[in-house]
Amino acid sequence: MQLILEKRAQASAIMNVASPVLAILLTVILGGIIFAAMGQPPLKALYIYFIDPLTNMWSIEEVLVKAAPLILIGIGLAVTFRANVWNIGAEGQLTAGALLGAMIPIFFAEWQSPLALLAMFALGMIGGAALAAIPALLKIRFGVNEILTSLMLVYIAQLLLDWLVRGPWKDPHGYNFPKSVAFDGWHLVPMFGDGRVHLGLFIALALAVVLFWMMNRTIKGFEIKVIGRAPRAGAFAGFSKTGTVWFCFLLSGALAGLAGIIEVAGPIGQLQPRISPSYGFTAIIVAFLGRLNPIGVIFAGLLLAISYIGGEGVQIELGVSDKTAQVFQGMLLFFILMCDTLIHYRVRFLGAKGAV
Amino acid sequence: MSNPQHASEPGKYLLEVRSLSKLFGDFCANDQINLAIEAGKIHALLGENGAGKSTLVKMIYGALQPTSGDIIWQANTIKVDNPAAARELGIGMVFQHFSLFEALTVTENISLALPPQLRGGDLSQRIAELSSNYGLPLNPDALVADLSVGERQRIEIVRCLLQEPRLLIMDEPTAVLTPQEADALFGTLNRLTSEGCAVLYISHRLEEVKQLCHDATILRHGEVVARVDPQAETAATLAQHMVGSSVHEIKRQDGHDTGNNLLQLINLNQPADTPFGVDLLDVNLQVRSGEIVAIAGVAGNGQGELFSAISGETTNADFDAVIIDDVACGQLSINGRRQLSAAFVPEERNGHGAVADCPLTDNILLSRHAVRDQGEALHKGWLGIDHQHLDNINTRIAKAYDVRSATMDAEAGSLSGGNLQKFVVGRELDRQPRVLVINQPTWGVDAGAAALIRQALIDLSRQGSAILVISQDLDEIFELADRVAVISRGQLSEVYAAQDLSREQIGLLMSGAHEKPAHATSS
Repeated sequence: MQLILEKRAQASAIMNVASPVLAILLTVILGGIIFAAMGQPPLKALYIYFIDPLTNMWSIEEVLVKAAPLILIGIGLAVTFRANVWNIGAEGQLTAGALLGAMIPIFFAEWQSPLALLAMFALGMIGGAALAAIPALLKIRFGVNEILTSLMLVYIAQLLLDWLVRGPWKDPHGYNFPKSVAFDGWHLVPMFGDGRVHLGLFIALALAVVLFWMMNRTIKGFEIKVIGRAPRAGAFAGFSKTGTVWFCFLLSGALAGLAGIIEVAGPIGQLQPRISPSYGFTAIIVAFLGRLNPIGVIFAGLLLAISYIGGEGVQIELGVSDKTAQVFQGMLLFFILMCDTLIHYRVRFLGAKGAV
Repeated sequence: MSNPQHASEPGKYLLEVRSLSKLFGDFCANDQINLAIEAGKIHALLGENGAGKSTLVKMIYGALQPTSGDIIWQANTIKVDNPAAARELGIGMVFQHFSLFEALTVTENISLALPPQLRGGDLSQRIAELSSNYGLPLNPDALVADLSVGERQRIEIVRCLLQEPRLLIMDEPTAVLTPQEADALFGTLNRLTSEGCAVLYISHRLEEVKQLCHDATILRHGEVVARVDPQAETAATLAQHMVGSSVHEIKRQDGHDTGNNLLQLINLNQPADTPFGVDLLDVNLQVRSGEIVAIAGVAGNGQGELFSAISGETTNADFDAVIIDDVACGQLSINGRRQLSAAFVPEERNGHGAVADCPLTDNILLSRHAVRDQGEALHKGWLGIDHQHLDNINTRIAKAYDVRSATMDAEAGSLSGGNLQKFVVGRELDRQPRVLVINQPTWGVDAGAAALIRQALIDLSRQGSAILVISQDLDEIFELADRVAVISRGQLSEVYAAQDLSREQIGLLMSGAHEKPAHATSS
C-alpha cells in the first residue's frame, strides 16, 4: 500500500475552513499525549489549559489583554504574508515602537494631555515602521532575504532595550532595578471597568475591520494579493512590486510598534528588559491560523491568548514547565501548515482498496 | 528508407501501448489509449493542446505512472518507474522546453545529464563526432547562453543520441525553429530512422507531419480517434480528426483604408534587464489605423522584451521611443498607456495576463482598474470596488467572445486554455481600444477559439484600430497581417506588405538576414 498526495483540480473551499479546526484538534490530541507522557492526567490538564481560562471574569479579561497585541500584530502580518513578503521580525518592531513611544513619558513627563498619548502612539508606529524599513530596503536594494534580516533585527532591538533600561533610561529613584520611570496620567492607555482591559483591544478590533475592508474591497488589497500570487500579472496590472514590499513592511512594522507602545503604556506601565512574551512571533501563528484574513485573525488571536493563560494555569496547578505554552503554540503552527497542504492536495491510498 | 537489419526482429512493434489510462482526480487525461510504434518509422502523435499527448508520452518516458493499462517494449510488458529507467531501456526524449544551464558549455550541460558510465573519455570529442555525423553542427565548448534556440535543441538531441536510443520522443520540436532549421532537423530524423531508431513525433503542424511521418495516431479529449497514414490524408482531413469538426473560415476583405500612425516606435533601444535576455536594437515601426502589422520570429528573439517595452511594463528613458496616438510615452507606465486607449495581451495567460486562482471579475480589474468603463471608474478608493459593474463587463465578454466556464465568475485557472485566451483577448477588445498589442494571440488554443480570436482582431482593425500582432505561427501571420516584419536577436527587419512576402523570405529574415553587424549599432 502506498500513500500519495494528489493535486486537486481546484483549491478546496471546505479544507480552507476545516484546516485550522483540524489543526486545533490534532494539537489537543498530541497535547493530551504529551501531558500523559509527563505523568499528568491528560483530560484534567487539557481542561485547565483550554477551558479554565474562560470560566472566570479575571482570566477572561486577561485573555482579552493578551489578545490585543496578538491581533494588532497579526492583522499586519496577515496583509504582509498575502503579498508573499515575510516579515518575521515583528517582535523587534514591537520593541522599537515601545522604545520610541516611551521617550515621551521618560523625557517629557510633565506633558500631560491626551495629545501626549496620541504622540506616543504615533512615535510607537514610527519606531516599528523604521525598524521594518531596514529589511525592506535591503530586500529591494540588494535582494537580501527579508526573513533573515527581519529576524536578526529582533535581537538588536531587544538588546538595545536591555541596555537602555539598565543604563541611560533607568529610573534614578528605582533602587537600581532595570526599569524606567513608571508612566502615569495621560502617558497610560485608558483602562475599562475594574479589570485590565484597555483601549488597545478596541484599537485592534477597529483596525482589523479596516484592514479587512482594505483587503477585500479596495484596489490596494487587490494589488497586494496579485503581487503575492502572480508578480508578473501584478506588473501587467501596473502595480509596483517594490511599492508593495515597502507598504507591507511599513504597515506591519507600524502595527507591531503600536502594539509595543500600548503594552508598555498599558498592562506594564513602564519600560523593563522584557516587555513581551514573544507576541511578535506568536502573531505569525495567529496570522496563519486566521487564514491571513484580518477578521479571522481576531478569533485566532483570542485562541492564542488562551494558550498563554492556559500555559500559566497548568504551570501553577500542575507544576509543569512554563514552556508548555510555547510547545502548544509550536504544535499548532506545525499542524496548521501541515493541514493547509490538504487545501491544494488530497490524500490517496494506492494499492489497498482504492481511494479514501 | 527500408531497414533490413531490423525487419527480422521478433515482434512487429518496438513499443506498444495497450488500454493505457491516466486519471488526475476525476479528470481522465488519457482514456484507454492504444498505440504501436515500429522500429525505423517516424510515428506522429497528433492532437490539439489538451488532447492528452503530453500525458501519454510522459507515461512512456516514466515521468508519470499510468492508472491502468500496459506498456509493451520489444514484446515484454514493462513498468517504467522513472525517466532514468526509460533511458536505460533505450527511450530518449527531447522536451519542448529545454532544461539547460545557460552559464555552462555544451559539453558541461550534456555531461550533467548523462549517467556516470557515459561521462568518461573525451566527451567533447564524442559530441563533435556525433553532431557532425547526424548533421547537427554544434561546438562542444560554446556557452549555452550564446546559442540560438535551434542550437540548444541540438544539444538535447545529441544528449539523447549519446545514449543510443531505440526510440526518440520529440515534443513539438519545430515550434522553436526557423523553416530552414526545421528542414535540417528532418534530415537528422530520416538519418536516424534509416539506422533503425524509431521516432515518436508530437506535433500539431499538419504539413510537416505529412511530409515527415509514416504513421499517425490522433488524440482528441484523451482518446484515440484515428490511426491514419498521413501521406494518404490532406491537411484538412487531419485537422478534422484533431478538432472533430470542420474549422470556421476567417472572413477578411482586403484593400481597405488605413489612416494615421497610431503606434510608432522610433529608434527603440532597450538593454535586456536579465543577463540572458535580449537587447532591443534600433527598433522602428509604424502601425496605422485600420491595419494589422505582424511581427514574425523564432521564440526568444526579443518578442517578450519588445512587448514589455511597448506596453510599458518596462519603461524607456527616451520619451519618443514609443509614441501612442501622437503622445510620446517612453516613460509612461502601462496604465498611463492604457489611458491613451491602448490595450495589451501578453503571451502567457497564466500568471501574466491573468491570475489563475482569482475569479474572472478580479481578472477584469487586473488590466482595467485604471481605465473607466462607459465613463465610470471600476473602483472608488476606500468606497471600494464596483463588483456589480465588473459582473456586467464579465457577462458582456462571455457573451461576445463565447467564453465558457463552469460558473459565471469561475477562477481563471479552471477555464480551458482556449476559453481563458478568449477571455483575456475579449477583456481588452471589450474596451474597443484604438491600439492593441497582442503577443501570440492563439498560442496553444484549439482551432475553434483561434478562429474566433483572429476574426475579432480583423473586425477591430476594420473599425479603425491599429493592431500589432507578435506571433511565431506563420499561418496565423498570413491569415491576419496586412504588413509583416521579422524580429531576430532584438533587431526588427523592414516592414513588408504581406502579399509580397513568401515563407522562404520570412525564414531567411528569421535567421537574421537583416541584422546589422554587432559593432555597427547607431544610437
